[in-house]
Amino acid sequence: MQAPADTSVATGVPRIGRGFRLQWEPVQSAHVLLYPEGMVKLNASAGEILKRCDGATPIDAIVADLEKAFSTSGLDRDVRAFLDIASGQRWVEWV
Amino acid sequence: MSVVAPHDGHRPVGPPLWLLAELTYRCPLHCVFCYNPVDFAKHEDELPTDDWLRVLREARAIGAVQCGFSGGEPLQRNDLEILVAEAHRLGYYTNLITSGIGLNEQRIEWLKEAGLDHIQLSFQDSTREVNDFLSSTRTFDLKRKAAALIKQHGYAMVMNCVIHRLNIDHIDRIIELAVELDADYLELANTQFYSWAHINRDQLLPTREQLVRAEAVTNRWREKLGSKMKLFFVVPDYYETRPKKCMNGWGNVFLTIAPDGVALPCHTARMLPGLAFPSVREHGVGAIWYDSEGFNRYRGTGWMKEPCASCPERERDLGGCRCQAYMLAQDPAAADPVCDKSPRHAELVATVERLQTPRADAPAMPLVFRGRKESLATERQF
Repeated sequence: MQAPADTSVATGVPRIGRGFRLQWEPVQSAHVLLYPEGMVKLNASAGEILKRCDGATPIDAIVADLEKAFSTSGLDRDVRAFLDIASGQRWVEWV
Repeated sequence: MSVVAPHDGHRPVGPPLWLLAELTYRCPLHCVFCYNPVDFAKHEDELPTDDWLRVLREARAIGAVQCGFSGGEPLQRNDLEILVAEAHRLGYYTNLITSGIGLNEQRIEWLKEAGLDHIQLSFQDSTREVNDFLSSTRTFDLKRKAAALIKQHGYAMVMNCVIHRLNIDHIDRIIELAVELDADYLELANTQFYSWAHINRDQLLPTREQLVRAEAVTNRWREKLGSKMKLFFVVPDYYETRPKKCMNGWGNVFLTIAPDGVALPCHTARMLPGLAFPSVREHGVGAIWYDSEGFNRYRGTGWMKEPCASCPERERDLGGCRCQAYMLAQDPAAADPVCDKSPRHAELVATVERLQTPRADAPAMPLVFRGRKESLATERQF
């Protein structure tokens, strides 16, 4: 049994939240999310998802792009779950 | 900040994620709790613009990502916009830590254009009278104007108010003001006792009763405001029984450059005896961070004495604050006396107890306002 993904993020277009900045840090070999006086070091999958949150690409297209890039399928639920958490943290907002 | 593994001789030293550029000790305010060194006026030879630009580049190259511009009042430097622009170009997240004095329409536009990401505005209190008294100036209206400018230019409004015995009972009004100014974050930071606040300690330490009341008021507002505004309440170390993991570990994440170019693991570390901190005028930032004696001395846990050395919690707080250990136990390698395992903790408790009820027969001590004249006159270095 799988719980349905949160419908509030079913069709949205995510972008990086106001005041946050996503960038690749060579010294840390990781994407980081910078915000006032702080930083989150992202794991590889979080980095891959967030770098596609450009404010123009809908969530379905992000999932499709990730599945293509990593030659896999069935990422939909994980991506939505992550974006749900990320929007709770204000890392992303919905256009 | 993500935590970088502390140095213990086996694990590598991580990058200095946070660069704090203390651009100047000059400040139009005269706050009684200022954390600048008491002898600041003896270090007035400020780094020129080109040296700051080099420091920004060198620190970024070894992995610094957050850059704070502070002081003194950083707006006193008229090259602030040049430095912010370079920091932004290099990929730093740029933070301005300001009293708001000197912020006007023109400068905030320049700063925005330069790529400034964030502004933290300090208030001394919610009312004009107390704000102006505690900073010994007439600045309250200027600060309100600065707050409005910050909002108008699309910045999050992050307010910091230093709390102590003389304003803690106004905390309800302070929070109300933050709501009025549409603040997104409000940090209610109790004074910690270093530098000028240490001189004024007996007048500034809140009583236990005041603290309990203030926290209750803060919690009521948290419930009322929900996610609209985040409230942080920082208790004075003196009321704790475990020390803070100061600066998230010595030479672990933070790199401070003082106005004269001296590199420090924190802004008060200059006080510690027997340590020569390197200057960016003579050394590269990478060599300073990784190889200097000053930055390596208290990294990790290898320097610890008992009770820290065998303490099961030693990795959690790394023995607390070296400056506090020096100020309260006269030994920078001692356990921070805030810890109740410290043999000197009882003395701190006695001090706190003594200050619960000001004695009528005790001589009234005047508050010492931070000032150039006072700084030059003092024998103290910190």
